[in-house]
Amino acid sequence: MRWLLLKDLRILRRSPLLVGLLVLYPVVIATLIGFALSRGPDKPQVAFVSEVPESAQEIELGGERIDVAQEAGPLFRAIDPVRVKTREEAISKVRSGDVLGAVVVPEDTTRKLQAGLEPAEIEVFYNAEDPVKASFVRDTIKSQVADANTALTERYAKVALTFLDLIATGGNYSFFGRDFEVLGLQRSEQILSEAQRGLETRSPAREQVASVIEFARLARENLDLSDDVLASVGTPIRVKQTQLEGGSTPLSSFAVAIAISVSLMFITLLLAAGALALEREENAFPRLVRGLVSRTGLLVEKAGLAAVCSMVVVLLMLAGLGLFVDLEWGRFPLWVAAAGMGALAFASMGLAVGTLTREVRAASLLCVMVSLPLTFLALVPSGSVAPLLYDVVRVVSALFPFKPTLSAMESALNDSGGIGVPLVHLAALFLAFGVASRLGLRRFAQR
Amino acid sequence: MSLPPPGGATVQPAMSDPATAEHSTSEHKREASAAAVLRAEGLTKRYGDREALRDISLSAERGELVAIIGPNGAGKTTLLSILAGIQQPDSGSVSRAPREIGWVPQQAAVYGKLTVKENLELFARLEKVDDPAATVDRMLDLTSLRDRADDQVGELSGGNRQRVNIAVGLLGDQSVLLLDEPSAALDPRQRERVWEFVLSLAEAGTTVVYSTHNVQEAERHAQRVLVLADGELLFSGSPRELEDTVERERGAAGRGDFEAAFVAFLRQRGH
Repeated sequence: MRWLLLKDLRILRRSPLLVGLLVLYPVVIATLIGFALSRGPDKPQVAFVSEVPESAQEIELGGERIDVAQEAGPLFRAIDPVRVKTREEAISKVRSGDVLGAVVVPEDTTRKLQAGLEPAEIEVFYNAEDPVKASFVRDTIKSQVADANTALTERYAKVALTFLDLIATGGNYSFFGRDFEVLGLQRSEQILSEAQRGLETRSPAREQVASVIEFARLARENLDLSDDVLASVGTPIRVKQTQLEGGSTPLSSFAVAIAISVSLMFITLLLAAGALALEREENAFPRLVRGLVSRTGLLVEKAGLAAVCSMVVVLLMLAGLGLFVDLEWGRFPLWVAAAGMGALAFASMGLAVGTLTREVRAASLLCVMVSLPLTFLALVPSGSVAPLLYDVVRVVSALFPFKPTLSAMESALNDSGGIGVPLVHLAALFLAFGVASRLGLRRFAQR
Repeated sequence: MSLPPPGGATVQPAMSDPATAEHSTSEHKREASAAAVLRAEGLTKRYGDREALRDISLSAERGELVAIIGPNGAGKTTLLSILAGIQQPDSGSVSRAPREIGWVPQQAAVYGKLTVKENLELFARLEKVDDPAATVDRMLDLTSLRDRADDQVGELSGGNRQRVNIAVGLLGDQSVLLLDEPSAALDPRQRERVWEFVLSLAEAGTTVVYSTHNVQEAERHAQRVLVLADGELLFSGSPRELEDTVERERGAAGRGDFEAAFVAFLRQRGH
């Protein structure tokens, strides 16, 4: 036992690459999973710009001055605000992926809040390229605006109820430094009742006063109910959402697109790489390429096999998922185009991986090791990492077929942008990996 | 004792540089040029700085059994790979195209998950033989594997797997067969069966060139041996002629013991 252990340690010591991978791989995967599945950081980076002039930051409600900037405090506690100076700058940051979204407070916000005649409107911009990211921004902003609305509605209701109480029961009211005595409906009713008793029984004025008394009573009694009504209505702030790019992929369809793309990737990669590695494992490759099959022909056969098999599987998957998710079957030709081109690109990549290995098991392991990090990398939302790092993530993702396949599948499943660009992207990757595979085969038959 | 080469059958060392190798007679050279079914000229192969083969020339005739022997790393497999068209030489040429030569690699190049028959059918179709079914039938009879035709190759013994391997190499009905260590990793009984099969092919007119580590196998079955060391062809002739060469150089020692003669020959030449 001891000698076996020593032997294994010696082998490990002589395999620094293997040891490095064994240690680094789980760390990298764990980090990427964290980025991809956390749906962004606790505090999403959101660009913020207020167009309200400094002099108009406060509103007065019921004699109480409210600083709008302070009211926005809870929002700033929920996000990581990136303060910018102009609306254009905010939009630009969303487009570039530096931030997850942007909040713009228009110039007339405080005026509308002060008047209370129409809701103030804040604008939210988000990038809809990634439905998860878009949903994350929407939910965060919506939640914070709902809180602000609740707080403001309470204040409006409190002020309104004070006025109503004044109208119903009367009292003192201060306006521009002067005190006013308000009679109120209750007191008016009492005064009118006393005045009515002084009138003759058959006097026409007595009947008219009686109707005014009745109105005052009814008004007072019904105003007592208005606090409930005021508490249940009122949306002082509305959110105007603007989608900058991408379509309107429902989250469920996005999940389907991810499921299809991941399945397509694994099936095609493993099949293509495994099938090619098998020729080497069985020592058949040299025999085949001695005039029986050309090397390019062999690659085409493996790519075709892997692509067709994986396409059949994912189309069956789509049919199954269609039972649970609303899919547009009229777009079936686009599904085939997206799955087909994605499968070819993955097959080409699988062949490139297959040329690196001598055994099926090694090819499979290599495929998993390569594809998993790339998948998670492609799902990292913008704004969750530093802008420079995100640019690197985008470049790396563009070099492999997962991201364009996901885009193509999204476009095929929903009208979430043109499918042409991702298909061309996949065609380019298919050719590039095809050339790499063909070059890889040159060393295949060497000892 | 090995038999002398049959009339006209010979394998020649480098023609361009006769001083680099020893050969039996000038008569053999002349005959070889006239009747060779396989000829290679000036084969050189480098792996980086290492020269795996250095200006090797040879020829073999119809029905001849030629053994390539030499120490590990001598270049035996590289030479066979180049003759088979698996690898390209850096310089030199082979007279036949790969498809005109049957090739049997050291490790069985057949699919373990396919049956014997399926393997033969697959390669017969890839070889584009006229009647694949008839060819497969013929190979099953030739290799005595008819009763195992429906067994997966992965379930066969090493000997039977090697027979399938050889059968696949013969599917194209080529007149030249190259075998790389055909009996390696086989037990004596399996080895015997493989050799019976190979000898029957040679008797039927197939030229067989094989590499082997087993010097006794070369002595017993080959009409010619090629001695390779460090990529150089040191000797070409019958096993008996190799013994004679050693005897001439160091007296009677080694006579009747081919392996001892072979080792002595290499030692005399600094290998």
